Amino acid sequence: MPSIISISGVTKTYATGFKALKEINLDIERGEIFALLGPNGAGKTTLISIVCGIVNRSSGTVTVDGNDISRDYRTARSLIGLVPQELTIDAFESVWATVNYSRGLFGKPADHAFVEKVLRDLSLWDKKDAKAITLSGGMKRRLMIAKALSHEPRVLFLDEPTAGVDVELRQDMWAMVRRLREDGVTIILTTHYIEEAEAMADRVGVINRGEIVLVEDKAELMRTLGRKRLLLALRSPLASIPATFSRYALELSPDGSQLTYTYDNQSERPGVASLLRDLETAGIQFRDIDTQNSSLEEIFVKLVRRDA
Amino acid sequence: MNLRAVWAIYKMEMARAFRTVLQSIVSPVISTSLYFVVFGSAIGSRITEIDGISYGAFIVPGLIMLSLLTQSISNASFAIYFPKFVGSIYELLSAPVSYLEIIIAYVGGAATKSIILGLIILATAALFVPLTIEHPFWMLAFLVLTAVTFSLFGFIIGIWARSFEQLQLVPLLIITPLTFLGGSFYSIDMLPGIWRTVTLFNPVLYLVSGFRWSFYGKSDVSIGISLGMTVVFLFICIAIVAWIFRTGYRLRT
Repeated sequence: MPSIISISGVTKTYATGFKALKEINLDIERGEIFALLGPNGAGKTTLISIVCGIVNRSSGTVTVDGNDISRDYRTARSLIGLVPQELTIDAFESVWATVNYSRGLFGKPADHAFVEKVLRDLSLWDKKDAKAITLSGGMKRRLMIAKALSHEPRVLFLDEPTAGVDVELRQDMWAMVRRLREDGVTIILTTHYIEEAEAMADRVGVINRGEIVLVEDKAELMRTLGRKRLLLALRSPLASIPATFSRYALELSPDGSQLTYTYDNQSERPGVASLLRDLETAGIQFRDIDTQNSSLEEIFVKLVRRDA
Repeated sequence: MNLRAVWAIYKMEMARAFRTVLQSIVSPVISTSLYFVVFGSAIGSRITEIDGISYGAFIVPGLIMLSLLTQSISNASFAIYFPKFVGSIYELLSAPVSYLEIIIAYVGGAATKSIILGLIILATAALFVPLTIEHPFWMLAFLVLTAVTFSLFGFIIGIWARSFEQLQLVPLLIITPLTFLGGSFYSIDMLPGIWRTVTLFNPVLYLVSGFRWSFYGKSDVSIGISLGMTVVFLFICIAIVAWIFRTGYRLRT
């Protein structure tokens, strides 16, 4: 099936001459959770704003479920729900009025039962008559999500959804995102919390200085990245690694004082225990032991620094 | 046409008016009553009648126009400026609505509010002075045309403004002086020669004059010119709005 969002050759140069996006090519698959990672000012929000129709692109094309965002903007936009980063709500409207308004704005017939369900799912039903201004920050965030979901979008953009959000709401939000995904909604979230991408995403894209520097399946990424190193400082240096240890991916430091064992921490049997047993049997003693983790954060920092 | 969106915006705008009923309805009624007391009684005791119309009755069309102009502008400019200011405009821009639909909804809402207000002021005025309306159709036509035109004008200001100060600038510095000098409270025949000519360049004169004609069948300038000038101004506003939307001016970067 063709991808739900297809971005090709999109650039954005602001009137000030600032190049926010340089040649973005990106396909979002139907039904996936895609995490767009990047430092502040990398172009995440600009890219989302272009897809949603808030910012005009300088060049390139974007289609949403095959609909060009300029030519068929009505169909394209009606498929999308957007939760922006900032809590921007008409403060004087009631929760109920503003969510129903959003639904109407997107051309959907009034459906009070559906709006009620959205509000209940987001624990906002008790607050339905409250004015937005009286809500706490977390509740406002829920309200923004309710507005975005009010017209039953097929694609949901969450721009920094958990910035400044407490643990409870964060967990609720993750649960909600998973529920939506089960219903076939495609979710694109931007974040600079690496753990969030690790926990949620099917695929991860990294954007830096207006360029996509990496797009990878998360499981694949974690496999290549999710390697751990076990460092063993030896009591007495070795001349070489004994042949009996050939089944372990071992490296000996040039001075022979340190053994490094690289293993897959996702694996059921990483082989750490057996290595340590075998070392003991072979009479190789160590005075210290340490492990090093490679994570998404590590590669992220590496990717982002490379261009700096 | 996304009529549901137009209706949603329109309904929201009307709800805002009813929520702020003190500000949107009561305060203009009070200020109009004050005009009657101050101008009608104080000046009316010296000028008994103009063109055979009692002074109190003479100023009614001008007073309605005064409120119609200022309220249309402030309603529409605030309606579009506020979401820009708080940032909730993102939703409008990301929604499947055309610029035409946005205009119809916002300008329609603002114009409806000021028309209702105009009618309330008319009713209030009827309590103070005896009124006749010789051409009810044209009275309504001027009411609607003016409300729509100046709501469009307000919408333009709301999009153009980058601060609350700019939002107030045009109404305060241009519209208010023009309405006061546009023959709301006097006939231009009462002015010395040179000022009469200057006044002819004031577009508000044509609105007030045409509107007064619909009440009493008497006007400073001919009704055809009044109508023509109003329509010209309407088309200027439509042209500016069309340009704004073609370029995304101050809405979409």
